Amino acid sequence: MAAPFTVFSSRVIPLPAENVDTDQIVPARYLKVTDKAGLADALFRDRRFEEDGSLKDPRFILDRPEMTGRRILLVGDNFGAGSSREHAPWALTAWGIRAIVSTSYADIFRSNSLKNGVLPIVVDRSTHERLFALLAKDPDAELTIDLAEQGILLPDGSTIDFDIDPFAKRMILAGTDELAYLLSKEAQIGAWEAAHPPRIDSRAGAR
Amino acid sequence: MTVPAPRTIVEKIWTDHVVTQDPGAPAVLAVDLHLIHEVTSPQAFSGLRARGIGVRRPSQTVATADHSIPTTDRSLPFVDAMALAQVNQLEANCAEFGIPLHGIGDPAQGIVHVIGPQLGLTQPGMTIVCGDSHTSTHGAFGALAFGIGTSEVEMVLATQTLLQRDPRTYEVRVDGRLTPGVSAKDIILALIARIGVGGGTGHVFEYTGGAIRGLTMEQRMTVCNMSIEGGARAGLIAPDDTTFEYLHGRPHAPAGASWDEALARWRTLPTDDGATYDRAITIDANTLEPMVTYGTNPGMGIPITSRVPSPADQADPGQRRALERALEYMDLRPGQPILGQKVDVVFVGSCTNGRISDLRLAASVLKDRHVADGVRLMVVPGSDEVKREAEREGLSEIFKAAGAEWREAGCSMCIAMNGDQLRPGQYAVSTSNRNFEGRQGRGGRTFLASPLTAAASAIAGVVADPRRLPGIETLAAVGGR
Repeated sequence: MAAPFTVFSSRVIPLPAENVDTDQIVPARYLKVTDKAGLADALFRDRRFEEDGSLKDPRFILDRPEMTGRRILLVGDNFGAGSSREHAPWALTAWGIRAIVSTSYADIFRSNSLKNGVLPIVVDRSTHERLFALLAKDPDAELTIDLAEQGILLPDGSTIDFDIDPFAKRMILAGTDELAYLLSKEAQIGAWEAAHPPRIDSRAGAR
Repeated sequence: MTVPAPRTIVEKIWTDHVVTQDPGAPAVLAVDLHLIHEVTSPQAFSGLRARGIGVRRPSQTVATADHSIPTTDRSLPFVDAMALAQVNQLEANCAEFGIPLHGIGDPAQGIVHVIGPQLGLTQPGMTIVCGDSHTSTHGAFGALAFGIGTSEVEMVLATQTLLQRDPRTYEVRVDGRLTPGVSAKDIILALIARIGVGGGTGHVFEYTGGAIRGLTMEQRMTVCNMSIEGGARAGLIAPDDTTFEYLHGRPHAPAGASWDEALARWRTLPTDDGATYDRAITIDANTLEPMVTYGTNPGMGIPITSRVPSPADQADPGQRRALERALEYMDLRPGQPILGQKVDVVFVGSCTNGRISDLRLAASVLKDRHVADGVRLMVVPGSDEVKREAEREGLSEIFKAAGAEWREAGCSMCIAMNGDQLRPGQYAVSTSNRNFEGRQGRGGRTFLASPLTAAASAIAGVVADPRRLPGIETLAAVGGR
């Protein structure tokens, strides 16, 4: 369960690549863990590290000294494509990322991120270009993310509004999770099951 | 009297499974079948224990070990202690919560998306989920099947439900007829090349049209399997007699009077005349060629006789950058023909193309032929049952005589978690589903293609067009059950 999402300000890590897939975010060989911790070094592993574990030269954007502590990632279209691995937002969280800004996300990645307190913000194309242009001019520009108000505050005082699913917003703001909500529907689930006999019994055919 | 509005199959399955929905909230959607495997389930079970709750419906849950297990001799050790620990944990979790497990040594073991249909667990009209994006495979039966994250695996284990927003629908109509040497894999690669890897985001594909109706169940599974590579959450095909014939008599399929009842229900599922989709696209099967990818996502695909595109021709700066980076990673030249490009490894297998009919197609090309010098050909059956059947039919002997490695069932080099992987810089033609950077091994370079193209390339030692092989005319595009 993630901590409640509060207003925060941060400088931004720009990663202007499209269709970044979850195999890039966390390569499959790091999926052998049986817990959620310790994935910070797996994040973008093959973009950041040589096979012997030393940092690549030149360094990947995340490993440039000035990126330390930044919590907002600005990325290209369709971020998080491919595999359903929740290790992707686990690794982003472990590294310190709390919000991503893009024009679009792959569905499963978006859903997984919301369940881990990582906010996938969608902006339109021109706003997206404006943000990249802002960072090109001022790489240390600081943004303030206010989920309750659904706004990104820019250094010049202007605000970019964004949409978010109201239910997801409620959950992430409160830091509560969907399972607690589902468990509260016990009576309805029981009634539905009583009216809909299971289609299969996987244990009947057990060999 | 009001006439009910025409509905798509997706709307029908959706409505059938909504348990409840609060205003402004997503629907609570009932899940008929939950498939689990070793890689995306451990943290979900830990979550259950932390909350002190159990598995609500173990009898609607099925587990297998497939992702990180060795596909060499099973008596040999795992690639590493972590993979072994993960499989051991799956066994312990299934034992503790009473979930049937088809683990190593079980005759029903195999890739999760191969065994569900094989056992008759996958049925029309169902909702099916799994912590794996290729769950869309099960849509071939007219089921609403989609991949979920581990938090959602925990939710389904705990409540047998999931929170979902109703999906938008996208008709993918494939008219006409495939020509010899062109197969189901080429349909889906052609679709993704047209719409891009994000083209289906937020939608469920429904594949319709004569070319789809003409496909066998296994070929339909290949098409639906890669729906996620087009960004769609799921992809499905309305059930018909082909579906029912495949299902009849399978271990978990309804039998006797229940079969007749199920059949009557399943026949009401197809999309009503006049129902509308949010989006639509039409593809002409007659014009399709074997497809092959040249880049680092499944949307970077071309007909096999084409040339690698040039970044200079891309108007959009983002696409130009992406293509430049992909060609650099793949070490390909803009404008070069893809035919004749050197190949080091050929992989036949995966939940996309690891079924018996896929192996038959590969074997038909490899029979009385031998792989080129220096080429490694791995044939990895999708399940233990596929392996046994291939051995009964003598396919395994054809593979071995051709110089291929005949291995045990699992995901193997599709995801390269188990030690089956490319070395940096190697080129592979792969029947799997993803050509992402490093997907098949750090620094490895993947060309996605059909089993026919993969086998032809193994013989030639370069990317090769299966249609140029003598005897290919007899390989009817839609042949084989």
